[in-house]
Amino acid sequence: MMKKIALIGGVYSNYLALQETIKDARRRGVDAIYCLGDLGAFGPHPDRVFPLLSENEIAVVQGNYDHSIGNDLQDCQCGYTDPRDNYFAKISYDYTYANTSGENKRWMKALPPEIRLEMGGYRVLLCHGSPRKMNEFLWESTTPAHFLEKLCRDHQADIICATHTGIHWQVELPGDQHFANVGVIGRPENDGQTHVGYMILEVDPRPVFRYIPVEYDYRRLAREMQEEKLPEEFVETVLTGWWTTCLEILPAKERIRGKF
Amino acid sequence: MEASPALSYTSPPEVHPELHLDALDNLWFQVSGTLCNIACDHCFISCSPRNHSFELMTLAQIEPHLEASAALGVKEYYFTGGEPFMNKEMLDILERTLRYGPATVLTNGMLITPAKAARLQHLADNTRYSLELRVSLDGYTEAMNDAIRGKGVFKKAMAGVERLYAHGFLPIITVTKTWEDAEDEAVLQGFADLLKSHGYARPRIKILPSLKLGKEIARTQGYDRYEYVTAEMLEEYDCSQLICANSRVVTNRGVYVCPILIESPSARLGDTLEDAKRSYALQEQACYTCYLYGAICSNFSSGKRDA
Ligand code: SF4
Ligand code: SF4
Ligand SMILES: [Fe+2]
Repeated sequence: MMKKIALIGGVYSNYLALQETIKDARRRGVDAIYCLGDLGAFGPHPDRVFPLLSENEIAVVQGNYDHSIGNDLQDCQCGYTDPRDNYFAKISYDYTYANTSGENKRWMKALPPEIRLEMGGYRVLLCHGSPRKMNEFLWESTTPAHFLEKLCRDHQADIICATHTGIHWQVELPGDQHFANVGVIGRPENDGQTHVGYMILEVDPRPVFRYIPVEYDYRRLAREMQEEKLPEEFVETVLTGWWTTCLEILPAKERIRGKF
Repeated sequence: MEASPALSYTSPPEVHPELHLDALDNLWFQVSGTLCNIACDHCFISCSPRNHSFELMTLAQIEPHLEASAALGVKEYYFTGGEPFMNKEMLDILERTLRYGPATVLTNGMLITPAKAARLQHLADNTRYSLELRVSLDGYTEAMNDAIRGKGVFKKAMAGVERLYAHGFLPIITVTKTWEDAEDEAVLQGFADLLKSHGYARPRIKILPSLKLGKEIARTQGYDRYEYVTAEMLEEYDCSQLICANSRVVTNRGVYVCPILIESPSARLGDTLEDAKRSYALQEQACYTCYLYGAICSNFSSGKRDA
Protein backbone atom coordinates (compact mmCIF):
# COMPACT_ATOMS: atom_id res chain seq x y z
CA MET A 1 0.00 0.00 0.00
CA MET A 2 1.24 3.48 -0.84
CA LYS A 3 1.77 5.73 2.14
CA LYS A 4 4.24 8.31 0.97
CA ILE A 5 4.52 9.87 -2.48
CA ALA A 6 6.48 12.67 -4.10
CA LEU A 7 4.56 15.23 -6.18
CA ILE A 8 6.57 17.23 -8.68
CA GLY A 9 5.02 20.24 -10.41
CA GLY A 10 6.05 21.94 -13.67
CA VAL A 11 9.54 20.91 -14.86
CA TYR A 12 9.89 23.57 -17.59
CA SER A 13 12.90 21.67 -19.04
CA ASN A 14 14.86 22.12 -15.81
CA TYR A 15 16.41 18.65 -16.00
CA LEU A 16 19.10 19.62 -13.47
CA ALA A 17 16.48 20.35 -10.82
CA LEU A 18 14.61 17.19 -11.80
CA GLN A 19 17.73 15.07 -11.11
CA GLU A 20 18.15 16.62 -7.67
CA THR A 21 14.46 16.28 -6.87
CA ILE A 22 14.41 12.59 -7.74
CA LYS A 23 17.51 11.99 -5.61
CA ASP A 24 15.96 13.85 -2.70
CA ALA A 25 12.67 11.97 -2.94
CA ARG A 26 14.42 8.58 -3.11
CA ARG A 27 16.50 9.46 -0.05
CA ARG A 28 13.30 10.21 1.83
CA GLY A 29 11.97 6.77 0.95
CA VAL A 30 8.89 7.61 -1.09
CA ASP A 31 6.80 4.76 -2.52
CA ALA A 32 6.30 6.49 -5.86
CA ILE A 33 7.01 9.74 -7.70
CA TYR A 34 4.42 11.61 -9.77
CA CYS A 35 4.78 14.62 -12.01
CA LEU A 36 1.83 16.95 -12.58
CA GLY A 37 2.81 18.13 -16.05
CA ASP A 38 4.42 20.99 -18.05
CA LEU A 39 7.62 19.18 -18.93
CA GLY A 40 8.86 21.80 -21.39
CA ALA A 41 9.04 25.62 -21.48
CA PHE A 42 11.48 28.17 -20.12
CA GLY A 43 14.64 26.03 -19.79
CA PRO A 44 17.16 24.42 -22.21
CA HIS A 45 17.31 21.02 -23.95
CA PRO A 46 13.73 19.78 -23.47
CA ASP A 47 14.56 16.21 -24.48
CA ARG A 48 16.81 15.68 -21.43
CA VAL A 49 13.77 15.46 -19.15
CA PHE A 50 12.19 12.36 -20.70
CA PRO A 51 14.83 9.68 -19.94
CA LEU A 52 14.84 10.75 -16.27
CA LEU A 53 11.08 10.25 -16.10
CA SER A 54 11.14 6.79 -17.66
CA GLU A 55 14.24 5.54 -15.79
CA ASN A 56 12.58 6.48 -12.52
CA GLU A 57 9.13 5.20 -13.45
CA ILE A 58 7.53 8.58 -12.85
CA ALA A 59 3.87 8.69 -13.90
CA VAL A 60 3.00 12.04 -15.51
CA VAL A 61 -0.22 14.05 -15.78
CA GLN A 62 -0.61 16.07 -18.96
CA GLY A 63 -0.04 19.81 -18.55
CA ASN A 64 -1.16 22.54 -20.93
CA TYR A 65 2.36 22.78 -22.34
CA ASP A 66 2.51 19.03 -23.00
CA HIS A 67 -0.92 19.16 -24.59
CA SER A 68 0.16 22.02 -26.87
CA ILE A 69 3.51 20.53 -27.92
CA GLY A 70 2.02 17.04 -28.26
CA ASN A 71 -0.79 18.26 -30.50
CA ASP A 72 1.35 20.65 -32.58
CA LEU A 73 -0.64 23.69 -31.40
CA GLN A 74 0.47 27.25 -32.07
CA ASP A 75 0.95 28.31 -28.44
CA CYS A 76 1.31 27.05 -24.90
CA GLN A 77 -2.24 27.84 -23.63
CA CYS A 78 -0.70 29.36 -20.52
CA GLY A 79 -3.48 31.91 -20.51
CA TYR A 80 -1.33 35.05 -20.59
CA THR A 81 -3.17 38.23 -21.47
CA ASP A 82 -0.31 40.66 -21.67
CA PRO A 83 1.52 41.28 -24.97
CA ARG A 84 4.92 41.28 -23.29
CA ASP A 85 4.21 37.95 -21.56
CA ASN A 86 3.01 36.49 -24.83
CA TYR A 87 6.15 37.69 -26.58
CA PHE A 88 8.40 35.77 -24.18
CA ALA A 89 6.06 32.80 -24.04
CA LYS A 90 6.33 32.47 -27.79
CA ILE A 91 10.13 32.46 -27.80
CA SER A 92 10.29 29.59 -25.32
CA TYR A 93 7.43 27.75 -26.98
CA ASP A 94 9.04 27.86 -30.42
CA TYR A 95 12.39 26.80 -28.94
CA THR A 96 10.83 23.92 -27.01
CA TYR A 97 8.78 22.78 -29.99
CA ALA A 98 11.82 22.78 -32.30
CA ASN A 99 13.96 20.85 -29.79
CA THR A 100 11.53 18.13 -28.73
CA SER A 101 11.75 14.83 -30.65
CA GLY A 102 8.75 13.45 -32.50
CA GLU A 103 8.76 10.44 -30.21
CA ASN A 104 8.56 12.62 -27.09
CA LYS A 105 5.82 14.73 -28.66
CA ARG A 106 3.73 11.62 -29.31
CA TRP A 107 4.38 10.45 -25.77
CA MET A 108 3.14 13.77 -24.32
CA LYS A 109 0.08 13.71 -26.54
CA ALA A 110 -0.95 10.42 -24.91
CA LEU A 111 -0.52 11.58 -21.30
CA PRO A 112 -3.67 11.42 -19.11
CA PRO A 113 -5.31 14.67 -17.92
CA GLU A 114 -5.57 13.24 -14.40
CA ILE A 115 -4.32 10.38 -12.25
CA ARG A 116 -6.37 8.88 -9.44
CA LEU A 117 -4.92 7.03 -6.46
CA GLU A 118 -6.15 5.61 -3.23
CA MET A 119 -4.10 6.22 -0.10
CA GLY A 120 -5.27 4.98 3.28
CA GLY A 121 -8.91 5.30 2.28
CA TYR A 122 -8.50 8.80 0.79
CA ARG A 123 -9.37 9.39 -2.85
CA VAL A 124 -6.43 11.31 -4.31
CA LEU A 125 -6.77 13.24 -7.57
CA LEU A 126 -3.68 14.55 -9.36
CA CYS A 127 -4.24 17.15 -12.06
CA HIS A 128 -2.40 20.04 -13.72
CA GLY A 129 -4.35 23.31 -13.31
CA SER A 130 -7.58 22.19 -11.72
CA PRO A 131 -9.69 19.05 -12.08
CA ARG A 132 -12.11 20.94 -14.33
CA LYS A 133 -9.67 22.81 -16.52
CA MET A 134 -6.09 22.04 -17.44
CA ASN A 135 -5.00 25.68 -17.52
CA GLU A 136 -6.97 27.09 -14.60
CA PHE A 137 -4.84 29.03 -12.11
CA LEU A 138 -5.40 28.09 -8.48
CA TRP A 139 -3.56 30.78 -6.49
CA GLU A 140 -3.67 30.87 -2.73
CA SER A 141 -5.14 34.38 -2.62
CA THR A 142 -7.92 33.82 -5.17
CA THR A 143 -9.09 30.29 -4.38
CA PRO A 144 -11.70 30.19 -1.61
CA ALA A 145 -12.05 27.11 0.52
CA HIS A 146 -15.70 26.66 -0.49
CA PHE A 147 -14.65 26.62 -4.15
CA LEU A 148 -12.20 23.79 -3.45
CA GLU A 149 -14.89 21.92 -1.54
CA LYS A 150 -17.04 22.12 -4.65
CA LEU A 151 -14.18 20.72 -6.76
CA CYS A 152 -13.85 17.81 -4.31
CA ARG A 153 -17.61 17.20 -4.54
CA ASP A 154 -17.85 17.52 -8.31
CA HIS A 155 -14.81 15.31 -8.92
CA GLN A 156 -15.25 12.69 -6.17
CA ALA A 157 -11.96 13.38 -4.43
CA ASP A 158 -10.76 13.88 -0.85
CA ILE A 159 -7.35 15.18 -1.80
CA ILE A 160 -6.65 17.29 -4.89
CA CYS A 161 -3.12 18.14 -6.05
CA ALA A 162 -2.32 20.64 -8.81
CA THR A 163 0.49 22.87 -10.13
CA HIS A 164 0.46 25.34 -13.11
CA THR A 165 0.77 28.64 -11.20
CA GLY A 166 4.40 28.25 -10.14
CA ILE A 167 3.82 29.02 -6.45
CA HIS A 168 3.07 26.30 -3.89
CA TRP A 169 0.47 26.42 -1.11
CA GLN A 170 -1.87 24.08 0.67
CA VAL A 171 -5.04 24.14 2.70
CA GLU A 172 -7.05 21.72 4.80
CA LEU A 173 -10.77 21.91 4.03
CA PRO A 174 -13.68 21.07 6.30
CA GLY A 175 -14.61 17.39 6.33
CA ASP A 176 -11.02 16.09 6.20
CA GLN A 177 -10.52 17.17 2.59
CA HIS A 178 -7.28 18.64 1.33
CA PHE A 179 -5.81 20.69 -1.48
CA ALA A 180 -2.19 21.33 -2.40
CA ASN A 181 -0.61 23.30 -5.19
CA VAL A 182 2.75 21.52 -5.24
CA GLY A 183 4.67 24.39 -6.85
CA VAL A 184 7.14 23.81 -9.69
CA ILE A 185 10.74 22.71 -10.06
CA GLY A 186 11.18 24.61 -13.33
CA ARG A 187 11.94 28.01 -11.87
CA PRO A 188 12.05 29.72 -8.48
CA GLU A 189 8.95 31.04 -6.75
CA ASN A 190 9.34 34.82 -7.17
CA ASP A 191 10.67 35.19 -3.63
CA GLY A 192 14.30 36.11 -4.27
CA GLN A 193 15.51 32.56 -3.55
CA THR A 194 17.18 30.44 -6.20
CA HIS A 195 15.92 27.06 -5.04
CA VAL A 196 12.86 25.26 -6.43
CA GLY A 197 10.71 22.70 -4.62
CA TYR A 198 8.24 19.82 -4.60
CA MET A 199 5.81 18.24 -2.15
CA ILE A 200 5.64 14.98 -0.27
CA LEU A 201 2.23 13.63 0.64
CA GLU A 202 2.21 11.15 3.48
CA VAL A 203 -0.96 9.43 4.69
CA ASP A 204 -0.24 7.88 8.08
CA PRO A 205 -3.08 7.66 8.91
CA ARG A 206 -4.05 11.30 8.19
CA PRO A 207 -2.77 13.17 5.14
CA VAL A 208 0.13 15.58 5.61
CA PHE A 209 1.71 17.65 2.85
CA ARG A 210 5.30 18.83 3.20
CA TYR A 211 6.99 21.29 0.84
CA ILE A 212 10.63 20.38 0.23
CA PRO A 213 12.98 23.06 -1.15
CA VAL A 214 15.50 21.69 -3.66
CA GLU A 215 18.90 23.22 -4.37
CA TYR A 216 20.41 22.52 -7.78
CA ASP A 217 23.15 23.91 -10.01
CA TYR A 218 21.19 26.98 -11.14
CA ARG A 219 24.33 28.66 -12.47
CA ARG A 220 24.81 25.81 -14.88
CA LEU A 221 21.15 26.04 -15.94
CA ALA A 222 21.56 29.77 -16.55
CA ARG A 223 24.72 29.14 -18.61
CA GLU A 224 23.01 26.55 -20.77
CA MET A 225 20.04 28.85 -21.30
CA GLN A 226 22.39 31.56 -22.48
CA GLU A 227 24.17 29.12 -24.79
CA GLU A 228 20.80 28.24 -26.27
CA LYS A 229 20.02 31.95 -26.72
CA LEU A 230 16.96 31.86 -24.50
CA PRO A 231 15.79 35.31 -23.27
CA GLU A 232 18.01 37.09 -20.74
CA GLU A 233 14.83 37.84 -18.76
CA PHE A 234 14.43 34.10 -18.08
CA VAL A 235 18.08 33.72 -17.14
CA GLU A 236 17.71 36.57 -14.67
CA THR A 237 14.84 34.74 -12.96
CA VAL A 238 16.98 31.62 -12.53
CA LEU A 239 19.86 33.64 -11.09
CA THR A 240 17.87 35.96 -8.80
CA GLY A 241 14.71 34.09 -7.86
CA TRP A 242 12.50 36.97 -9.04
CA TRP A 243 10.04 36.64 -11.91
CA THR A 244 10.59 39.13 -14.70
CA THR A 245 7.79 37.91 -16.99
CA CYS A 246 4.28 36.40 -16.56
CA LEU A 247 3.68 39.00 -13.87
CA GLU A 248 0.33 40.13 -15.15
CA ILE A 249 -1.38 36.86 -14.26
CA LEU A 250 -0.49 37.26 -10.58
CA PRO A 251 -3.28 38.30 -8.18
CA ALA A 252 -2.67 41.28 -5.88
CA LYS A 253 -1.20 39.40 -2.93
CA GLU A 254 1.21 37.26 -4.93
CA ARG A 255 2.21 40.21 -7.09
CA ILE A 256 2.99 42.50 -4.17
CA ARG A 257 5.32 39.91 -2.64
CA GLY A 258 7.50 39.93 -5.77
CA LYS A 259 10.03 42.50 -6.88
CA PHE A 260 8.58 43.50 -10.29
CA MET B 1 -14.37 36.76 -50.38
CA GLU B 2 -15.50 35.30 -47.13
CA ALA B 3 -18.17 37.13 -45.15
CA SER B 4 -17.37 37.67 -41.48
CA PRO B 5 -19.88 36.02 -39.12
CA ALA B 6 -21.20 39.42 -38.14
CA LEU B 7 -22.27 40.18 -41.69
CA SER B 8 -23.57 36.77 -42.67
CA TYR B 9 -27.25 37.52 -42.06
CA THR B 10 -29.46 40.39 -43.04
CA SER B 11 -32.21 40.65 -40.43
CA PRO B 12 -32.32 40.35 -36.62
CA PRO B 13 -32.52 36.68 -35.60
CA GLU B 14 -35.90 35.49 -34.35
CA VAL B 15 -34.48 32.96 -31.94
CA HIS B 16 -31.60 33.98 -29.70
CA PRO B 17 -29.11 31.33 -28.56
CA GLU B 18 -29.41 30.21 -24.94
CA LEU B 19 -26.29 30.41 -22.83
CA HIS B 20 -25.95 28.11 -19.83
CA LEU B 21 -24.20 29.01 -16.64
CA ASP B 22 -21.21 26.61 -16.52
CA ALA B 23 -20.45 27.42 -12.89
CA LEU B 24 -21.05 30.51 -10.81
CA ASP B 25 -17.37 31.51 -10.53
CA ASN B 26 -17.78 35.28 -10.31
CA LEU B 27 -20.41 36.98 -8.22
CA TRP B 28 -20.93 40.70 -8.81
CA PHE B 29 -22.69 43.18 -6.54
CA GLN B 30 -24.19 46.38 -7.91
CA VAL B 31 -23.24 47.78 -4.54
CA SER B 32 -23.88 51.46 -5.24
CA GLY B 33 -26.71 50.91 -7.70
CA THR B 34 -26.58 53.45 -10.50
CA LEU B 35 -25.33 56.17 -8.18
CA CYS B 36 -22.02 57.80 -8.93
CA ASN B 37 -20.37 61.00 -7.80
CA ILE B 38 -19.68 61.86 -11.45
CA ALA B 39 -21.41 61.28 -14.79
CA CYS B 40 -19.06 60.10 -17.53
CA ASP B 41 -20.04 60.44 -21.17
CA HIS B 42 -19.38 56.77 -21.93
CA CYS B 43 -20.94 55.24 -18.79
CA PHE B 44 -22.77 52.22 -20.13
CA ILE B 45 -25.50 52.35 -17.50
CA SER B 46 -25.67 56.17 -17.35
CA CYS B 47 -24.74 56.48 -13.68
CA SER B 48 -24.86 59.87 -12.01
CA PRO B 49 -25.44 61.46 -8.60
CA ARG B 50 -29.19 61.42 -9.35
CA ASN B 51 -29.77 58.10 -11.17
CA HIS B 52 -31.76 56.11 -8.59
CA SER B 53 -32.77 53.41 -11.04
CA PHE B 54 -30.76 51.05 -8.80
CA GLU B 55 -30.12 51.97 -5.16
CA LEU B 56 -27.24 51.45 -2.76
CA MET B 57 -27.14 47.95 -1.24
CA THR B 58 -26.80 47.34 2.49
CA LEU B 59 -24.58 44.79 4.19
CA ALA B 60 -27.78 43.13 5.41
CA GLN B 61 -28.94 42.72 1.79
CA ILE B 62 -25.58 41.36 0.70
CA GLU B 63 -24.92 38.92 3.52
CA PRO B 64 -27.48 36.24 2.51
CA HIS B 65 -26.06 36.20 -1.02
CA LEU B 66 -22.53 35.69 0.32
CA GLU B 67 -23.81 32.77 2.36
CA ALA B 68 -25.61 31.29 -0.66
CA SER B 69 -22.55 31.83 -2.85
CA ALA B 70 -20.37 29.66 -0.62
CA ALA B 71 -22.66 26.68 -1.10
CA LEU B 72 -22.45 27.23 -4.87
CA GLY B 73 -18.64 27.34 -4.83
CA VAL B 74 -18.22 30.94 -6.05
CA LYS B 75 -14.58 31.80 -6.76
CA GLU B 76 -14.39 35.61 -6.79
CA TYR B 77 -16.48 38.62 -5.73
CA TYR B 78 -16.73 41.90 -7.65
CA PHE B 79 -18.16 45.24 -6.52
CA THR B 80 -19.36 47.82 -8.98
CA GLY B 81 -21.85 50.63 -9.49
CA GLY B 82 -21.91 53.51 -9.89
CA GLU B 83 -19.14 54.35 -7.53
CA PRO B 84 -18.85 51.71 -4.77
CA PHE B 85 -17.34 54.16 -2.29
CA MET B 86 -20.58 56.21 -2.44
CA ASN B 87 -21.84 53.38 -0.23
CA LYS B 88 -21.17 54.22 3.43
CA GLU B 89 -21.07 50.51 4.29
CA MET B 90 -18.56 49.63 1.57
CA LEU B 91 -15.66 48.86 3.90
CA ASP B 92 -17.81 46.71 6.17
CA ILE B 93 -19.13 44.89 3.12
CA LEU B 94 -15.55 44.23 1.99
CA GLU B 95 -14.51 43.05 5.41
CA ARG B 96 -17.36 40.52 5.42
CA THR B 97 -16.71 39.43 1.82
CA LEU B 98 -13.01 38.79 2.45
CA ARG B 99 -14.00 36.08 4.91
CA TYR B 100 -15.51 34.22 1.96
CA GLY B 101 -13.05 34.85 -0.85
CA PRO B 102 -11.14 37.37 -2.98
CA ALA B 103 -12.75 40.72 -3.78
CA THR B 104 -12.28 43.27 -6.55
CA VAL B 105 -13.66 46.82 -6.39
CA LEU B 106 -14.24 48.84 -9.58
CA THR B 107 -13.87 52.48 -8.56
CA ASN B 108 -13.16 55.90 -10.02
CA GLY B 109 -10.72 56.42 -7.16
CA MET B 110 -12.00 59.89 -6.29
CA LEU B 111 -13.54 59.06 -2.90
CA ILE B 112 -10.56 57.16 -1.50
CA THR B 113 -9.68 59.40 1.41
CA PRO B 114 -6.57 58.78 3.53
CA ALA B 115 -8.77 57.18 6.20
CA LYS B 116 -10.40 54.84 3.68
CA ALA B 117 -7.04 53.89 2.18
CA ALA B 118 -5.75 53.04 5.65
CA ARG B 119 -8.75 50.87 6.45
CA LEU B 120 -8.48 49.15 3.06
CA GLN B 121 -4.87 48.32 3.86
CA HIS B 122 -5.92 46.90 7.19
CA LEU B 123 -8.52 44.70 5.47
CA ALA B 124 -6.02 43.52 2.86
CA ASP B 125 -3.43 42.66 5.50
CA ASN B 126 -5.86 40.61 7.55
CA THR B 127 -7.14 38.15 4.99
CA ARG B 128 -5.54 35.36 3.02
CA TYR B 129 -7.50 36.54 -0.05
CA SER B 130 -6.56 39.21 -2.56
CA LEU B 131 -8.28 42.59 -2.43
CA GLU B 132 -7.96 44.25 -5.83
CA LEU B 133 -8.82 47.84 -6.67
CA ARG B 134 -9.44 48.79 -10.24
CA VAL B 135 -9.35 52.52 -10.82
CA SER B 136 -10.92 53.89 -14.01
CA LEU B 137 -9.17 56.57 -16.02
CA ASP B 138 -9.86 57.71 -19.56
CA GLY B 139 -6.74 59.59 -20.43
CA TYR B 140 -3.17 59.91 -19.30
CA THR B 141 -3.35 63.69 -19.23
CA GLU B 142 -5.73 65.89 -17.31
CA ALA B 143 -7.12 67.33 -20.55
CA MET B 144 -7.79 63.92 -22.17
CA ASN B 145 -9.31 62.39 -19.07
CA ASP B 146 -11.46 65.29 -17.97
CA ALA B 147 -12.86 65.79 -21.47
CA ILE B 148 -14.63 62.46 -20.98
CA ARG B 149 -15.03 62.13 -17.22
CA GLY B 150 -15.55 65.77 -16.21
CA LYS B 151 -13.56 68.70 -14.89
CA GLY B 152 -11.35 68.05 -11.87
CA VAL B 153 -11.76 64.27 -12.04
CA PHE B 154 -8.19 63.51 -13.09
CA LYS B 155 -6.54 65.16 -10.09
CA LYS B 156 -8.82 63.47 -7.59
CA ALA B 157 -8.51 60.06 -9.23
CA MET B 158 -4.71 60.29 -9.29
CA ALA B 159 -4.72 61.29 -5.62
CA GLY B 160 -6.70 58.10 -4.97
CA VAL B 161 -4.20 56.03 -6.95
CA GLU B 162 -1.29 57.55 -5.03
CA ARG B 163 -2.98 56.82 -1.70
CA LEU B 164 -3.69 53.23 -2.64
CA TYR B 165 -0.10 52.74 -3.76
CA ALA B 166 1.17 54.31 -0.55
CA HIS B 167 -0.97 51.83 1.38
CA GLY B 168 0.51 48.77 -0.24
CA PHE B 169 -1.88 48.31 -3.17
CA LEU B 170 -1.02 47.92 -6.82
CA PRO B 171 -4.27 49.29 -8.26
CA ILE B 172 -5.20 48.13 -11.76
CA ILE B 173 -5.77 51.16 -13.95
CA THR B 174 -8.79 50.45 -16.13
CA VAL B 175 -9.23 52.35 -19.36
CA THR B 176 -12.20 52.19 -21.70
CA LYS B 177 -10.96 52.13 -25.25
CA THR B 178 -11.87 55.24 -27.21
CA TRP B 179 -9.05 55.19 -29.75
CA GLU B 180 -8.07 53.24 -32.86
CA ASP B 181 -6.09 49.98 -32.64
CA ALA B 182 -3.04 51.58 -34.20
CA GLU B 183 -2.71 53.89 -31.20
CA ASP B 184 -2.76 51.05 -28.63
CA GLU B 185 0.96 51.09 -27.97
CA ALA B 186 1.26 54.83 -27.60
CA VAL B 187 -1.71 54.97 -25.23
CA LEU B 188 -0.40 52.17 -23.01
CA GLN B 189 2.99 53.84 -22.88
CA GLY B 190 1.30 57.12 -21.98
CA PHE B 191 -0.44 55.50 -19.01
CA ALA B 192 2.71 53.68 -17.90
CA ASP B 193 4.66 56.96 -17.98
CA LEU B 194 1.91 58.81 -16.12
CA LEU B 195 1.87 56.23 -13.33
CA LYS B 196 5.64 56.19 -13.05
CA SER B 197 5.66 59.97 -12.75
CA HIS B 198 3.34 59.55 -9.76
CA GLY B 199 5.75 57.12 -8.13
CA TYR B 200 3.81 54.02 -9.17
CA ALA B 201 6.66 51.97 -10.60
CA ARG B 202 4.87 48.68 -11.34
CA PRO B 203 1.87 49.85 -13.33
CA ARG B 204 -0.95 47.44 -14.06
CA ILE B 205 -3.15 48.65 -16.89
CA LYS B 206 -6.28 47.07 -18.31
CA ILE B 207 -8.04 48.16 -21.50
CA LEU B 208 -11.79 47.56 -21.81
CA PRO B 209 -13.73 47.71 -25.05
CA SER B 210 -16.28 50.49 -25.16
CA LEU B 211 -19.85 49.23 -24.80
CA LYS B 212 -22.41 50.99 -26.92
CA LEU B 213 -25.08 51.41 -24.25
CA GLY B 214 -26.44 54.27 -22.14
CA LYS B 215 -24.84 57.60 -22.87
CA GLU B 216 -22.29 55.90 -25.08
CA ILE B 217 -25.01 55.57 -27.75
CA ALA B 218 -25.18 59.33 -28.00
CA ARG B 219 -21.39 59.68 -27.93
CA THR B 220 -20.79 57.32 -30.85
CA GLN B 221 -23.41 55.93 -33.17
CA GLY B 222 -24.97 53.04 -31.20
CA TYR B 223 -25.36 49.58 -32.67
CA ASP B 224 -26.13 48.80 -36.27
CA ARG B 225 -29.56 47.26 -36.62
CA TYR B 226 -28.37 43.74 -37.19
CA GLU B 227 -25.62 43.37 -34.63
CA TYR B 228 -26.86 40.38 -32.64
CA VAL B 229 -25.34 37.11 -31.52
CA THR B 230 -26.76 34.17 -33.47
CA ALA B 231 -26.60 30.42 -32.89
CA GLU B 232 -24.24 29.98 -35.86
CA MET B 233 -21.86 32.52 -34.39
CA LEU B 234 -21.56 30.42 -31.24
CA GLU B 235 -20.59 27.24 -33.08
CA GLU B 236 -16.85 26.74 -32.57
CA TYR B 237 -16.83 29.73 -30.19
CA ASP B 238 -15.39 29.49 -26.69
CA CYS B 239 -18.45 30.62 -24.72
CA SER B 240 -16.52 30.55 -21.45
CA GLN B 241 -15.17 33.96 -22.51
CA LEU B 242 -18.59 35.50 -21.96
CA ILE B 243 -19.23 36.89 -18.48
CA CYS B 244 -22.69 35.31 -18.37
CA ALA B 245 -21.17 31.80 -18.74
CA ASN B 246 -19.70 32.04 -15.24
CA SER B 247 -21.10 35.13 -13.51
CA ARG B 248 -24.26 36.77 -12.15
CA VAL B 249 -24.86 40.19 -10.62
CA VAL B 250 -26.88 40.96 -7.50
CA THR B 251 -28.69 44.32 -7.32
CA ASN B 252 -31.19 45.85 -4.93
CA ARG B 253 -33.83 44.78 -7.47
CA GLY B 254 -32.85 41.14 -7.84
CA VAL B 255 -30.25 39.01 -9.58
CA TYR B 256 -29.37 39.78 -13.20
CA VAL B 257 -27.46 37.84 -15.82
CA CYS B 258 -24.49 40.24 -16.02
CA PRO B 259 -23.46 43.75 -14.93
CA ILE B 260 -23.76 45.05 -18.49
CA LEU B 261 -27.48 44.39 -18.88
CA ILE B 262 -29.05 45.47 -15.59
CA GLU B 263 -31.21 47.98 -17.40
CA SER B 264 -32.71 45.31 -19.71
CA PRO B 265 -35.82 43.71 -18.20
CA SER B 266 -35.02 40.42 -19.94
CA ALA B 267 -31.81 40.17 -17.93
CA ARG B 268 -33.47 39.88 -14.51
CA LEU B 269 -33.35 36.18 -13.63
CA GLY B 270 -34.90 36.13 -10.15
CA ASP B 271 -34.50 37.04 -6.49
CA THR B 272 -31.91 34.49 -5.41
CA LEU B 273 -28.72 32.99 -6.80
CA GLU B 274 -30.55 29.70 -7.05
CA ASP B 275 -33.16 31.33 -9.36
CA ALA B 276 -30.40 32.93 -11.39
CA LYS B 277 -28.68 29.65 -12.27
CA ARG B 278 -30.98 29.27 -15.28
CA SER B 279 -29.73 29.94 -18.80
CA TYR B 280 -30.15 33.23 -20.63
CA ALA B 281 -31.00 33.86 -24.30
CA LEU B 282 -28.39 36.28 -25.71
CA GLN B 283 -30.97 38.72 -27.05
CA GLU B 284 -29.38 42.11 -26.46
CA GLN B 285 -27.10 43.95 -28.83
CA ALA B 286 -24.50 44.44 -26.10
CA CYS B 287 -24.05 40.66 -26.26
CA TYR B 288 -22.52 41.27 -29.64
CA THR B 289 -19.72 43.39 -28.10
CA CYS B 290 -19.04 40.68 -25.54
CA TYR B 291 -18.94 38.17 -28.34
CA LEU B 292 -16.30 40.18 -30.16
CA TYR B 293 -14.13 41.13 -27.19
CA GLY B 294 -14.58 38.31 -24.69
CA ALA B 295 -13.64 38.41 -21.03
CA ILE B 296 -13.75 42.12 -20.40
CA CYS B 297 -14.10 41.84 -16.66
CA SER B 298 -11.37 39.58 -15.30
CA ASN B 299 -8.44 41.10 -13.45
CA PHE B 300 -5.63 40.24 -15.84
CA SER B 301 -3.80 43.35 -16.83
CA SER B 302 -1.02 44.63 -19.01
CA GLY B 303 2.36 45.82 -17.81
CA LYS B 304 3.59 47.78 -20.73
CA ARG B 305 3.46 47.02 -24.37
CA ASP B 306 7.11 47.12 -25.35
CA ALA B 307 7.25 43.60 -26.78
S1 SF4 C 1 -18.21 55.20 -15.88
FE1 SF4 C 1 -17.88 54.73 -13.71
S2 SF4 C 1 -17.16 56.66 -12.82
FE2 SF4 C 1 -18.11 57.17 -14.77
S3 SF4 C 1 -20.26 57.63 -14.30
FE3 SF4 C 1 -20.19 55.47 -14.81
S4 SF4 C 1 -19.94 54.45 -12.86
FE4 SF4 C 1 -19.38 56.59 -12.53
S1 SF4 D 1 -24.04 41.31 -22.40
FE1 SF4 D 1 -22.40 39.80 -22.50
S2 SF4 D 1 -22.27 38.91 -20.48
FE2 SF4 D 1 -24.24 39.96 -20.64
S3 SF4 D 1 -25.66 38.36 -21.31
FE3 SF4 D 1 -24.96 39.37 -23.15
S4 SF4 D 1 -23.17 38.13 -23.78
FE4 SF4 D 1 -23.63 37.59 -21.69
FE1 LIG E 1 0.77 24.86 -16.88
